[in-house]
Amino acid sequence: MESSENKEKDESTGTKSKESAKPSKKAQKPWRKKFFKEFDRKKTEFQKRAKTRQEKKICETQETELTEKSVDNQPETVKNKTDKKQPEKVKKKLRNIVQKSGPNKDLKRLQHGPKQDSKANRDERRDPESPSEFRKDRYPGDAPVPKKLMSKYQRGKKLHTKGARTHHGHVKLVQNEKKVTMAVKQAARSERLLQEQSGFMIPEDGESTTNVTQSDIVQAADITTAQKHFNLELTQFGPYKAQYTRNGKHLLIAGSKGHVAALDWLTKRLLCEINVMETVRDIRWLHQETMFAVAQKQWTYIYDNQGIELHCLKQPNEALRLEFLPYHFLLASSNATGYLYWLDVSVGQKVASHNTGLGRLDVMCQNPQNAVICLGHPTGSVSMWSPNVNEPLVKMLCHGAAVRSVAVDPTGNYMATSGVDRKMKIWDIRKFEMVHSYQIGCGAGHMVFSQTGALGLGKGNIVEVYQDPCRQQLTSPYMIHKLKTTVNNLHFCPYEDVLGVGHGDGFTSLIIPGAGEANFDAMESNPYQTKKQRREAEVQMLLDKIPVEMIHLDSKMIGKVDMKSFVERVEENNKIHFKKPMSISYEPKHKMKGKGSGRKKEQRKRGVIEEGRRQTVKELVKDKLQEGAQGRKESSTAVSKSKGVLDRFKKTET
Amino acid sequence: MKIKVLSRNPDEYRRETKRDIHKVQRNYDPKLHPFEAPREYVRALNATKLERVFAKPFIGALDGHRDGVNCLCKHPTSLSFLLSGACDGEVRVWNLAKRNCVATIQAHEGVVQGMCFHPDGRSFLTCGLDKVVKQWGISEECTINEEPINTILGKSVFQYMDHHQSENIFATCGQQVDIWKEDRSEPVRSFTWGVDSTHHVKFNPIETNLLGACASDRSILLYDLRGSTPLRKVILSLKSNAIAWNPMESFVFTAASEDYNLYTFDMRKLSAPIMMHMDHVAAVMDVDYSPTGKELVSAGYDKCLRIFSVDTSRSREIYHTKRMQRVRVVQWSLDNKYIISGSDEMNIRVWKARASEKLGMLSTREKASMNYNEKLKEKFIHHPQIRRIARHRHVPRQIYSLSKEMRIMKESRKRKESNKRRHSKPGAVPYVPERKKAIVKEVE
Repeated sequence: MESSENKEKDESTGTKSKESAKPSKKAQKPWRKKFFKEFDRKKTEFQKRAKTRQEKKICETQETELTEKSVDNQPETVKNKTDKKQPEKVKKKLRNIVQKSGPNKDLKRLQHGPKQDSKANRDERRDPESPSEFRKDRYPGDAPVPKKLMSKYQRGKKLHTKGARTHHGHVKLVQNEKKVTMAVKQAARSERLLQEQSGFMIPEDGESTTNVTQSDIVQAADITTAQKHFNLELTQFGPYKAQYTRNGKHLLIAGSKGHVAALDWLTKRLLCEINVMETVRDIRWLHQETMFAVAQKQWTYIYDNQGIELHCLKQPNEALRLEFLPYHFLLASSNATGYLYWLDVSVGQKVASHNTGLGRLDVMCQNPQNAVICLGHPTGSVSMWSPNVNEPLVKMLCHGAAVRSVAVDPTGNYMATSGVDRKMKIWDIRKFEMVHSYQIGCGAGHMVFSQTGALGLGKGNIVEVYQDPCRQQLTSPYMIHKLKTTVNNLHFCPYEDVLGVGHGDGFTSLIIPGAGEANFDAMESNPYQTKKQRREAEVQMLLDKIPVEMIHLDSKMIGKVDMKSFVERVEENNKIHFKKPMSISYEPKHKMKGKGSGRKKEQRKRGVIEEGRRQTVKELVKDKLQEGAQGRKESSTAVSKSKGVLDRFKKTET
Repeated sequence: MKIKVLSRNPDEYRRETKRDIHKVQRNYDPKLHPFEAPREYVRALNATKLERVFAKPFIGALDGHRDGVNCLCKHPTSLSFLLSGACDGEVRVWNLAKRNCVATIQAHEGVVQGMCFHPDGRSFLTCGLDKVVKQWGISEECTINEEPINTILGKSVFQYMDHHQSENIFATCGQQVDIWKEDRSEPVRSFTWGVDSTHHVKFNPIETNLLGACASDRSILLYDLRGSTPLRKVILSLKSNAIAWNPMESFVFTAASEDYNLYTFDMRKLSAPIMMHMDHVAAVMDVDYSPTGKELVSAGYDKCLRIFSVDTSRSREIYHTKRMQRVRVVQWSLDNKYIISGSDEMNIRVWKARASEKLGMLSTREKASMNYNEKLKEKFIHHPQIRRIARHRHVPRQIYSLSKEMRIMKESRKRKESNKRRHSKPGAVPYVPERKKAIVKEVE
């Protein structure tokens, strides 16, 4: 301690000696003397303060340092060591962090860290008597929203505001873009308000989620959750199919031998239980829990939730699969003779029926993002159908053997197919390319995606769940459950971590943590809705019913600008602008017996002129049709006859 | 192994009591909202259809006059009162809220040519074909004394009059534009420019010393009270019947022309109008701005009213009824909600300014949904189906056929011009913008 003091004294004397070298100046200006005195006083004060701080540090470090090395008791040396060591430590830390995280920014940020500290020190050093400065808010404005979060809520790219022709247009575009970004920001911010956190399973070292059984989960979970795992033993009318409503509150199960039951699966309250006394091939809830459709041996029937038959749909005959498109109110059904049939359930009218000519259609699913029906065929191909076009929108060869099941993930970007060749493939259906291919033991017979993108598949009597198989190649399933009998049907319950499995011996409800969307949107589907809310929602749904003509591979088409056909239209308009109508000169003959009167004559003249016009128009149309046919041969695109809202996106045939 | 399974507490999602409102949890994740664009389109389509369904603009007719209504005057301080003057010299005061006549006086012998309120609303002035200006006292309940407060005998017939925005000054027009003070029997000053008579005069509501007048030599004149000579004038190809100043932009005014069009001018540059509003198929008789300055309404000799946005050339709305004859005058009410028109067949009609607007108090939810629908309509207006529905108006056969005829005429004129251009030396037939064609000359 003493030595250090001496050092400091030496230093101070050193400075003094320098000052004393120029005494003449000092003498000349007395105020300088005062100033230097003040300066010296402050300096000594500061040094004292610094010393006390160092001492404190030493006391802290001493304990650790002393244990390591048998140090001589001179604290000064210790101090020196620590002084050297600390910056080294910081540097090491920095290096480590930079190596880990990479970007230079972090380095800069870290380098700025200590600088700020020094600033704080300077503040401390300031005279305590001087008036405290008005300090700025360190974090002004709104909290920043991470870009990654923003991108989740962005729809499409930003506009090129420079493309506007006029200044006014440019300003408008800029304003619009501002509004859009504000909306995106607000949506991203509102994520904080979400109440629930989705389920998960985090294995410790050496563990794997694959080995977790249902009983493990039930033990770990609370009572209400534990009740979600149950088994309905129904051996008499099996094998069963199961389906949940869109809000995940109700469950519909149907045995192939005619047993149909609808229930509130959480409270286990039975809505209805009937035996239709016929084979049941498929079941589907309609838009709400009030009605469901059952594909029976001959025809499809619609029942209400009391089990009362409401309708009998005699087309198509012997439907094999049903699919309900809730936003379009369409019930799609397929049968063994290759017919695909759409029925508008809100008005009870047939919308379209296509003869696919592709054989038995017992593999069907819908793309939830664009309402296109995907069919799997015995030839190994998958085709996609819209009611507007009489041929498949897309036909892709997916497997070397027959397709056993198809599923589309909830984002509408990926499709999973499985075939008799015991392969399961994941396809990117934006590019129609295969992403991953898996070899599945005995082949997957049933597949279904959950809301979070987990894939459930049934192979024989085993149910496997894969977590996010689309974005990564997986090596092992997330969960496995073994049943006594073969799996007949799978369906993830929306907004719950539950997978419903219909099988030969009834129905089993499995808990799959992380399968369901945690936060529902009550405007879209609300599991806790009251009767009144349900009724109101039904009216709203009917009002927002999307017309059939808008079913298209790209559901956002209606919001885009069709530049090409616009240009064509303008050109066409310009072409005909100066065209004169053709003139026909005809002088009718004079006729006797009252037919030569002015009126009659005029009538005959009109008739001839009209006839001439009609002929020319016919010829024109014929020419154009031929031109169109040639054009079509070149670009073989399907064009539907129906006139609808999407017509403007079609190429004009002229 | 850490396991967490989704389990919600229903109490957090249900309302506590029946009197409470429902809890509505939102999640804006786009994944949960499929078919955004098509659903919005459908909603926009429905909103547009509903707008047309609810478009019932006619509120009621005020009848009582025994001759054609020649002038209307809004009360400056009260929304519910209206003055009207008829061709038989009768002036009536109407209560618009109750839709009845409050007071009647025989003001003049012959047509009541012009009327204007004093800005404080305590008195009003009328002028007639009988060369007299009369000032009438009016109470807050709008009862009128039988005898005028003041009577001024003029030398010539008065065609129209208007009051200064704040001061005790009013202007009349006839053979010349006269500026009067209310307490004097002689005009303070008179403006003339040429020999022709003026038939319309309006004070600028913002630059209160300016006034515009329409003369029968097809010109529009601008005067400044502070100067000794008129400011400038512009001569159009046909006579203007009326002008109206934009209440928000002091230098903008619109003239209702005899050539079926309305011309919006910037006072600083009269060589070309900034906008030409066309849709009428007969002479435009009167024009008035909405108090927001965003829209204007015009009365046509083709028995209809049309509403234009200030920056579009085509009308957004046409109002007509079977019984309405040639519309002489039109006024936009000061609360921006109603339009009042007076026509030849002795009736005054009250219309909604926005045809499908719901009158009366709106709940917050109603307001929110209305705003949402408005935005949707705006967003999808360029889609052909929606545009067609939004633009469709049923018009009387006469107007329909006349507008068709006018379209053909216009096209043929255009064709002729282009043919001319094709067969003459390049540059010999210049391109003249449509809106410049009506302007003959600007005189300083």
